[in-house]
Amino acid sequence: MTSSIPESIDAYLQALRAALAGHDAALIQDALYDAEQHLRAECAAAAPRSEQQVLAAIVSSYGSPEEVAAAYLDTEARVQAAFAVPKYAAPQTSTPRETRGLRKFFAVYTDIYTWTALFYSMLALFTGIFYFTFVVTGTTLSIGLAILIIGIPFFIAFIGASRVLAYVEGRVIEVMSGERMPRRPRAPTPEQSIGKRILAMFSDARTWSTLAYFVLMLPLGILYFVIAVTGLALGGGMLSSAILEALQQLGLPLYTTFDIQLGGAEFDAWLTHPFGLLLLAIGGALLVTATLHLLRALIRMHGKLAKRMLVAW
Amino acid sequence: MNDSHAKKFQKDLNGGLVALVLLAVLAKAEDDQYGYDIAKRLQHPAGGEPLFKEGTVYPVLRSMSAAGWLASRVVPSYSGPPRRYYRITPEGRAVLADWLAAWHHTRDFVDHFTATETPP
Repeated sequence: MTSSIPESIDAYLQALRAALAGHDAALIQDALYDAEQHLRAECAAAAPRSEQQVLAAIVSSYGSPEEVAAAYLDTEARVQAAFAVPKYAAPQTSTPRETRGLRKFFAVYTDIYTWTALFYSMLALFTGIFYFTFVVTGTTLSIGLAILIIGIPFFIAFIGASRVLAYVEGRVIEVMSGERMPRRPRAPTPEQSIGKRILAMFSDARTWSTLAYFVLMLPLGILYFVIAVTGLALGGGMLSSAILEALQQLGLPLYTTFDIQLGGAEFDAWLTHPFGLLLLAIGGALLVTATLHLLRALIRMHGKLAKRMLVAW
Repeated sequence: MNDSHAKKFQKDLNGGLVALVLLAVLAKAEDDQYGYDIAKRLQHPAGGEPLFKEGTVYPVLRSMSAAGWLASRVVPSYSGPPRRYYRITPEGRAVLADWLAAWHHTRDFVDHFTATETPP
C-alpha cells in the first residue's frame, strides 16, 4: 500500500471512516469500534514507543484502513448472501403506494428512538436547568475567587467536573439518539506540570465548547419540553375528546357530561357532527404522530450538535 | 507481478479459512476470548508469516456471532472501548465439525495431486 500511514489512532479511524463512507452506519460503527479497541490495546502494549511509531507497525499487521474497509465490506456481502436473514422483508409490491407512505408515517411508533427521544426531551428541561446553573455558578465563582489562592484549585475542579458531566451527557445522548459518542472518558494527558495543565485547559477549545453546550442546554431543554408537552397534550386532547364525544353521542353513560368548546357555538356544532368528530380524531392522531416525528428528528439533530460540541474528532 | 498473483490467490483461499481457524481456536479455548487476543494469537503461530491481517479477523467474528455460532459479551476496559469476548456455541461446534471434515477432504484431495509435482 502506497497510501500514507496515519500518524495517530484518530487519524487511522478517520481514514477508515472515509474508506467506508456511504455504507451502512452500523457497519461503519462496528469497524471503527473494532479498530479503536485493537489499536488502543496495541498502543498500550507498546507503551514506551510513540503512537506514531506503533501505528507504522500496526498498519502492516492490522492492515491499512483501505484493506480493513474492504474486509468488512467483503464479509458483509458474503454474510448477507449466505446466511443472514434480510432485516427488512422485500417491499410488498402489491401494497399501494399511499398506504405504504402512511405506514411509514406511523412506523414512528415502532422505532425505539422515538420513545427515547420523547424521554430525552422531557429530561432535557431538568438537565438543562442543572447544567446552566452549574456553569453560571462555576464560572462566576471561578472569576470571583481568582484573586484568592483557592481560585485555582476551584477552577480546576470545575473544569474537571464539567468534563465528567460532558462524558455522562454523551453516554445519555448515545442511548437516547443513537448518535455514537465516546465510550470512555478522554485519555488522560501525559504527565505535565500543573501550570501547563491549566494552560492546556484554557487553550483547549473543547473546554469552552463544552461550557457553551451546557449553557445552550437551558433554552434547548425548554424548547424540547414545550414541543413535547404541547404537541402531545393538544393531539391527545383532540383524539380523546373526539372519542368521548362520540361515546356520549352513542348513548354510553359517561360519569360527567362532556362538551367540546373550541370556537364559537356554530363551530362547535359543526365539530360535534360525526364527520367533524372523525376529522378531530384524525387531526389528533396526526398531531401526536407528527410531534413524535419532530421530537425524534430534533433529538437526532441534538445528538449531532452534542457531538460537535462535546467531542473533538 | 508474481507477488500480486500470489496475494490474490491467498486472498481467495482465505475466504473460508479465516472462519474455520477462528472456530477452531475458540473451540480449543477454555474461557472466553476477546478479539485482540485472538487476532494476536493468529499472527505468528509457528514464527512464520501470518496468512491474514489482524483487521480481517473482526468482521468474521461479528458475522459468525450474528449467525449464532459464537456467543459474545462486552466487558469494560481501561485501555480503550469495552472489549467483546467471544465463546463458541454448540451450533458453532457442529459447524466446525462439518467444516473440518470438508477441510480434511479438500487437503487430502489437493495433496494427492500436488505432492509429487512440487519441487523439493
